[in-house]
Amino acid sequence: MKTVPVLEVLDLAIGFPAARAVHGVSFEIHKGEMMALVGESGCGKSLTAFAIMRLLPPGARIQNGQVIFDGTDLATISPRELRRIRGNGISLILQEPMTSLNPVLTVGVQVAEIIRQHQNLSRAAAKARVLELFDLVGITEPHKRYDQYPHNFSGGMRQRVMIAMAVACNPALLIADEPTTALDVTIQAQVMDLLDKLRRELSMAVLLITHDLGVVAQWADRVAVMYAGRIVETAPVQKFFSAPQHPYSMGLLNSSVSNGEGAWHYTNHRLSEIKGSVASAAQATGCSFAPRCRHVIAPCHGGQPKLEAVEKGWLATCCRAQNQEERIHEFA
Amino acid sequence: MAAGRVVKVLSKTLPQAVPTMLGIVVLNFLLLKMLPGDVADTIAMEAGSATAESMAALRERLGLNLGLFDQVLVYLNNLIHLDLGKSARLGAPVTTLILGRLPDTLMLVLTALGFALVTGVLLGWIMSAFAGKWPDRLISVVLIFVYAMPGFWLGLMAIVLFSVKLGWLPSNGSASIGANYQGWAYFIDRLRYLVMPALALSLFYAAIYARLTRSAMLEVQQQDFMRTAAAKGLHPIVMQFRHALRNALIPVTTVAGMHLGNMLGGAMVIETVFGWPGMGSLALDSVINRDFAVLLGILLLSSLLVILANVIVDILQSWLDPRIELR
Ligand SMILES: Nc1ncnc2c1ncn2[C@@H]1O[C@H](COP(=O)(O)OP(=O)(O)OP(=O)(O)O)[C@@H](O)[C@H]1O
Ligand SMILES: [Mg+2]
Repeated sequence: MKTVPVLEVLDLAIGFPAARAVHGVSFEIHKGEMMALVGESGCGKSLTAFAIMRLLPPGARIQNGQVIFDGTDLATISPRELRRIRGNGISLILQEPMTSLNPVLTVGVQVAEIIRQHQNLSRAAAKARVLELFDLVGITEPHKRYDQYPHNFSGGMRQRVMIAMAVACNPALLIADEPTTALDVTIQAQVMDLLDKLRRELSMAVLLITHDLGVVAQWADRVAVMYAGRIVETAPVQKFFSAPQHPYSMGLLNSSVSNGEGAWHYTNHRLSEIKGSVASAAQATGCSFAPRCRHVIAPCHGGQPKLEAVEKGWLATCCRAQNQEERIHEFA
Repeated sequence: MAAGRVVKVLSKTLPQAVPTMLGIVVLNFLLLKMLPGDVADTIAMEAGSATAESMAALRERLGLNLGLFDQVLVYLNNLIHLDLGKSARLGAPVTTLILGRLPDTLMLVLTALGFALVTGVLLGWIMSAFAGKWPDRLISVVLIFVYAMPGFWLGLMAIVLFSVKLGWLPSNGSASIGANYQGWAYFIDRLRYLVMPALALSLFYAAIYARLTRSAMLEVQQQDFMRTAAAKGLHPIVMQFRHALRNALIPVTTVAGMHLGNMLGGAMVIETVFGWPGMGSLALDSVINRDFAVLLGILLLSSLLVILANVIVDILQSWLDPRIELR
């Protein structure tokens, strides 16, 4: 059976005037699926997420590629059409709950605002809906909370407000850019559980950006690994954790998750312990990971390898991954 | 909710206001006494002749023969009974003199402040929307020009152009004397007198508020919550109005509140230039004539006005910025 993906990103390239930051990223997300996008700091995860909604920071521009959502290319539609999709078809949760809500407006107003923007509801009906949403995301005493300001809420509670806002219009896709990074570990788990519950109940697709492979192992269905502005491997979660194909993925797993008795424990490590640093994505000859790779062979310097199938639904950009004899069996 | 805020602000400010006022009165009293000469000299000078005995008698009548400390006590005691004394030169009670001048000064200063705020915020907003492009640059240049010009000089040039050369606007006073206009005609008449002094007083401040609004707006645009607002699908105009401007107004109102005192001082000069019958010109007269009772009264009222302005700013702030928790 072949379903139409909710979102299809094709060869997306994002650049600043000085340099290109994302080099042709492609992926798709299906209904109800939670896909994790992982990678080191600065590899272009946030840029990719923002580009989908055309919310790039000043200076950054989509230089190539398509973002197909609901049969249209978001990269080229008019601002007016785009506003109909933002918050309604696709919504966004940012990393920093402390700064992502407007400090001078009550949380109730801020959530009601998105409902009134996209649905033809009266003020009272919108408020009733907000109270319902607060209940849904586990904000107690919704009536009292409605009139409070963000500074009256803890980080975890603010992130719940953000989630209420994000799911208010039943979007088909939710993009969460490191939604739990700023929260402490127990709150992280609660927020992730909530997101997971909501995507099942509302059959939303979720693009989850994270540093944390523990989160990926526990909640995601599929994972895409980004390195220096490229996706280097995308795989179903179980396969990824049992036999990563790209040396960078292997490094990530070695450095960030403790693997006791085959279980991927929840850790709070960050993906920074791979030797070397993010190679400048601008130097384009050969595989961009080659300078840091422990398994380099001659073809690695021959050109940027393409994302190719290892198996159905499992792709990697490593020249060794496609070749049975050359495969690295580090995790066998 | 709003009433609660007002009560909170008042209960926070009033206990500080009383000792502040007391300090201001005593300090001003002592400073003025340190100046050489007193009002007896002025009266004698105007009379053209005086003997040592008549001067002594005059000083005794005016209470100037008492020790400094006793003079302060007498003044404070009168003050408690809302008696600011009499103008030794004009004979009238100081309260009557000042209250007669207060409405004109308030009209001038509040118009200037209001105009400066509205124009400044509007210009700053336009500049931020076109940051780095020609409208921004053009307004910037004009602002630097305005900022560098003293208000009284702008006023004088305006008089030369609009009153002397073109004859469009009156250059002296605050209303046509004896014209007895009613309703709309009265309003227009007052407006014609008000325009030039109010502009001369406000342009400097408008320039400050424009620059402040510009930088505050640009800073707000960088904030995460603006990205959140955009991600909701809000129209850019809604984003600017509801989300950005309100945040940007917080620093602007703070500064504007502090400026009210400066403006009262600036009004003194502008009132003199335009023959505006306000407290400023009265103050100047009383300085020249050593009429300290009047001057003290004016200083007292000005500080009262500044304290009042601070209270209003506090209330406005707590409304604009809910993060300010008033304890
Ligand atoms: N003004 C700019 N000019 C050129 N490059 C820029 C500019 N701003 C950001 N970049 C580059 O774009 C990339 C930013 O990527 P992005 O913010 O998407 O990273 P990320 O993967 O989300 O990282 P993190 O995990 O830290 O959030 C960085 O590599 C940075 O060097
Ligand atoms: Mg990021």
